[in-house]
Amino acid sequence: MRHFFRRKSSCQVAKDRLKILLISDRVNCSPEVMEMIKSDIAKVISKYMKIDADNMEIQINTKGSKGRGGSKPSLYANIPIVDVSTDLAANR
Amino acid sequence: MDKQFSQEPKGSQVIVVTSGKGGVGKTTTSANVGTGLAKLGKKVCLIDTDIGLRNLDVVMGLENRIVYNLVDVIEGSCRIKQALIRDKRHPGLYLMPSAQTRDKSAVTPGQMVKVIEHLKEQFDYIILDCPAGIEQGFQNAIAGANRALVVTTPEVSAIRDADRIIGLLEANGFKQMDLVINRLRMDMVRRGDMMSAQDVVDILAIPLIGIIPDDENVVIATNQGEPLVGSDSPAGKAYSNVVLRVEGREVPYMNFEKGISFWTRVTGIFHKA
Repeated sequence: MRHFFRRKSSCQVAKDRLKILLISDRVNCSPEVMEMIKSDIAKVISKYMKIDADNMEIQINTKGSKGRGGSKPSLYANIPIVDVSTDLAANR
Repeated sequence: MDKQFSQEPKGSQVIVVTSGKGGVGKTTTSANVGTGLAKLGKKVCLIDTDIGLRNLDVVMGLENRIVYNLVDVIEGSCRIKQALIRDKRHPGLYLMPSAQTRDKSAVTPGQMVKVIEHLKEQFDYIILDCPAGIEQGFQNAIAGANRALVVTTPEVSAIRDADRIIGLLEANGFKQMDLVINRLRMDMVRRGDMMSAQDVVDILAIPLIGIIPDDENVVIATNQGEPLVGSDSPAGKAYSNVVLRVEGREVPYMNFEKGISFWTRVTGIFHKA
């Protein structure tokens, strides 16, 4: 019965945490570096459109990677756009 | 069987037992795999490379017989033969103890390679018990090895460290790395409170060579200074299988669930209530 009430098994939590942890360990990318990448991306994008930099997220993911060094990790950025048209027009 | 025997590599194998994290069972695994191989009639040399914190001697029950140690050999204070302790219970099994009163800087990787090259002439297997950490002690332990057993437990901290170690071993040119998952509790896995062996293998992505169930007999065996490999206990049987797989034989994995199904059924009833 208690399985129904529990949202996520602790095993699943451990696996999810490890997945993220090991990716950043493997690419040797510290949280500070990630923060620097994030602010640089925000700077570049905001040249062209108005973005919500406070709510943007970046993370390094591997897509169903099996085997070490098999598939390469990739960087995902989720950047909420506040307004595209006006700033684009202003730049032209 | 005979066919598999003939496929054995001719040269001696130098295996480092490592984990990154401390306390996951490197020394226990070294002692059991070494003893198990000796029981199969192999000539085995166990080397404790944890200088300053030696433990393999007590796990093997040979602590009272130490005269010379690894650092004495490297400094030339004695011959290699003088530092090797013969285990009287198992013909062909020898231990090279570490120094207790020195630190890791007393040895360099180059010196380790030299000692191992000498030992290779006399032994089928040389098993190096690696210290925890990734500093000089680790570098010394892996220097002369051509194969690694990576020991981990199904916990986030141990797995993270194992992943780091695997990366370092790869960077050092290791081709053969096998995973030993220690202290697995099938009852917890069934409840969803422990990662299964498959989960750990998926994350670390190196070949599995053994699953050792959590077994109080390991503590008892360590108390007595007699490795439990070959005994009838769950961990003893699991280590016997690891030894056969190290030898290159195919051994099916034990079904731990079968043994405890009665218990999980009983506790399962309580959980539901």
